[in-house]
Amino acid sequence: MRILMFGWEFPPHISGGLGTACYGMTKALAERGAEVCFVLPRVNEGGDENNFLRLESASGTPITRRIQERMDWAGDEIWRSNVQFMSIQSPLMPYMTPESYMQTLRNLSRHETPGGESTVDAGENTFTWKLKGGYGPDLMQEVYRFARLGGAIALRENFDVIHAHDWMTYPAGMIAKALTGKPLIVHIHATEYDRSGENINQVVAGIERAGLLAADLVVAVSQLTRKIVIERYGVPPEKVKVVYNAVMRSDVQHHYEIPPRIRHEKRVLFLGRITFQKGPEYFMEAARLVLQKIPNVRFFMAGTGDMLPQLVRRAGQLRIGDRFHFAGFLRGTQVDRMFALSDLYVMPSVSEPFGITPLEAMLYDVPVLLSRQSGVSEILEHALKADFWDTRDMADKICAVLTYPALAKELVKNCREEMKSIRWVNAADQLLQLYSNVTGGN
Amino acid sequence: MPALCLCYEVHEPYTLRHYTVFDMGQNSIYENDDRNCDILLHTARTCYLPMNDLLLKLIRRYGKDFRLTFCISGTALDQFEQYAPEVLESFQALAETGNVEFAAETAPHSLAFLYSREEFIRQTEEHARRVKKLFGKKPTTYRNAELVYNNDMATCLGEIGFKTVLAEGAEHVLGWRSSNYVYTPMNEPQMRLLMRNVPLSTDIGRRFCDQSWDQWPLTAEKYASWIHGMVDAEVINIFNDYHVFGYRNPASSGIFNFMEALPGAILANPNFHFATCAEIAKKIPPVAEIDVPQFMSWDDAGRDLNAWLGNDMQKDAIHALYKLTDRVRAIDSPILKRDFERLQTADHFHNMSTKWFTVFSPDRPNPFPGPYDAYIAYMNVLADFEMRVTAAEAEMGIQEDKASKEEHERETHKRTKAHEGEPRTTRKKAAARPRATRKTTENKA
Repeated sequence: MRILMFGWEFPPHISGGLGTACYGMTKALAERGAEVCFVLPRVNEGGDENNFLRLESASGTPITRRIQERMDWAGDEIWRSNVQFMSIQSPLMPYMTPESYMQTLRNLSRHETPGGESTVDAGENTFTWKLKGGYGPDLMQEVYRFARLGGAIALRENFDVIHAHDWMTYPAGMIAKALTGKPLIVHIHATEYDRSGENINQVVAGIERAGLLAADLVVAVSQLTRKIVIERYGVPPEKVKVVYNAVMRSDVQHHYEIPPRIRHEKRVLFLGRITFQKGPEYFMEAARLVLQKIPNVRFFMAGTGDMLPQLVRRAGQLRIGDRFHFAGFLRGTQVDRMFALSDLYVMPSVSEPFGITPLEAMLYDVPVLLSRQSGVSEILEHALKADFWDTRDMADKICAVLTYPALAKELVKNCREEMKSIRWVNAADQLLQLYSNVTGGN
Repeated sequence: MPALCLCYEVHEPYTLRHYTVFDMGQNSIYENDDRNCDILLHTARTCYLPMNDLLLKLIRRYGKDFRLTFCISGTALDQFEQYAPEVLESFQALAETGNVEFAAETAPHSLAFLYSREEFIRQTEEHARRVKKLFGKKPTTYRNAELVYNNDMATCLGEIGFKTVLAEGAEHVLGWRSSNYVYTPMNEPQMRLLMRNVPLSTDIGRRFCDQSWDQWPLTAEKYASWIHGMVDAEVINIFNDYHVFGYRNPASSGIFNFMEALPGAILANPNFHFATCAEIAKKIPPVAEIDVPQFMSWDDAGRDLNAWLGNDMQKDAIHALYKLTDRVRAIDSPILKRDFERLQTADHFHNMSTKWFTVFSPDRPNPFPGPYDAYIAYMNVLADFEMRVTAAEAEMGIQEDKASKEEHERETHKRTKAHEGEPRTTRKKAAARPRATRKTTENKA
């Protein structure tokens, strides 16, 4: 099975769970014998570490006039109905609030960049674009160019199915499908409703809807997401399948000693973007309640985001600053270390399509407390669960884990058992089954 | 002449509410009153009242030929008195016919024997007295909660005057032997041991509604023909949860019609008759001794204790509970004692089971979303309970210092103070059974 996969991020250059998920998934697919050509906006140095798949950089792919014409013709419908407005320069980022949007807009007007600046003439009748990747202020334009370049790659490559991850790559997937007639699978890791609550970005939601409807098959990361896709985007239910994410086990498991001076204390961890979606304020409220009952606990909030200043202020207001610490954005081994030192990991997300971090915590034998509004809670039976708004219940459970060692022990023991079946190869097997279904079984 | 021995367990637990760390020390209302009341009323309506009516009718129809045994837990009796006294009256009406035997168990349906012999004896004797008071006869048959049984238990029961004990007919214990004979417990030749006939009990208990079962639908005639086929049997012990009538198997499944037709179908063959446990023990001589060194139960998977004490949470909880035994018994407070006993109900521990194949019967679901929630609530309740015990102890200690000067007032003082010291008022009259203060004085003197 040859797969043309469109993605927006890939390790080591990641900013969230999307890149991690793509990495684990493609690696397992390769193990199962699938040939994956993974198209990224731009492949940086270090991409050659991943020898299990072919990383293609869309940036700099030559587009000849003939391809350009063909693309215009094939993708006419798509452009007209959905994507044409994308040439407008818009400072769009997937994780933005109105304030930060205005801020970026002001910056943008100061350094106005002409639309065709990064166009490079690559010889006679041929041109291309240079893409930056990531989630810059000109994300929309990048998405548009990525679609064109992706189309050119699709014409060049040999493959059986197209697989596109999240809305940034849906236009590319749609173009590739229109040009080659190969079946398109779109994978939805998060919807606009998860990122922004009810105040959604209509353009992003429009692209999502177009991609979901154009696809031959939609893969959702949880039943929760599947429900959103069906109810909010009107996708026919029989077209939407659930394939749960998994977690990669690193080959070398470091063992971190707990420093003697902090051994008498318990540590509770929140790790994630400090944004509305992740529910950090509920974590802080639960921390306040816990500290009333057990003073000997420290709370760590690792990550960054637009709600950080507000939460720092709130911690001071509640006079719990000496027990509530902000660890900033952690990378690599820092993350491992943080997990290893924690007695409990809390994910109080308001809306979480899947959520891989609890699985990572479980790799370090840390018990987890999840919000019931998360996709991962569908597959974890041996985790504590609470509704994100019920901070008393959350605090009660935090207290219980910290007070009763038998509870933490039992949770960890059963989670270890449960983790044995949560593997990327299982997800890959499901995906391969879906691929062969859409390609008609060959 | 084979005897058919029907014995039904009647039990209702006091389920705990979602008791959080914030309730701890603030209030001591542990039970989910609304849920307990709803479930009891529902069970009374669908199971107890119609089934007791039916049994009464059958006894009137067949006279001395139809006999059976009940084993009602203390918490069930409490709940009948509290929420539905008419259920208790209907059991008393059955008792008055003289065809029904009432067996004993531990009052709170507990696993006390495993952790505290004294507590076990106290609970059993207390419950036996209550059964005598309510149903007129001192029980001589013992049926432990969840049919938990081993050799030591039989010895202990023999010492306090029981003559018959019921146990699971577990394959690993019986081996080649059949459950259809009367046995004696190990080294207790004067006692009788009745083993449950597992297949025939399960036919009614679990398979009656199972449409994929090749014998479905089960009719009284078919069932009776199986029993009539057991010509070599001396006794056929069919022990079940009373919930099977009308609750686990709803009326629409035909369970009531089945039971109404069963005595007639069985008695159609004059070689077969019904008998209570005590009558069987008296009339039928034992064939052998059965050695049960390990505990066994009637749990469907494994016939062991794993469903109640299989994981560390369950063990932690039950150890923490029984650690308090001596302290609670040293305090003269009926309310503390009542709460202590109700915390021992085996169901609390079953709710914490994480066994992969733990099945909750539809009529006894886990009141909590999962085993972890059950454990958290239970441990929070236990923490609050311990605070109350500590507070009561402190109060007693203070009184004793004062009272050492005026020894005469000591006794009266302590009683009143201990009662005033309770944060909770008596809501359930059943629990307000005064206990002797002998032990208290001994310990403190």
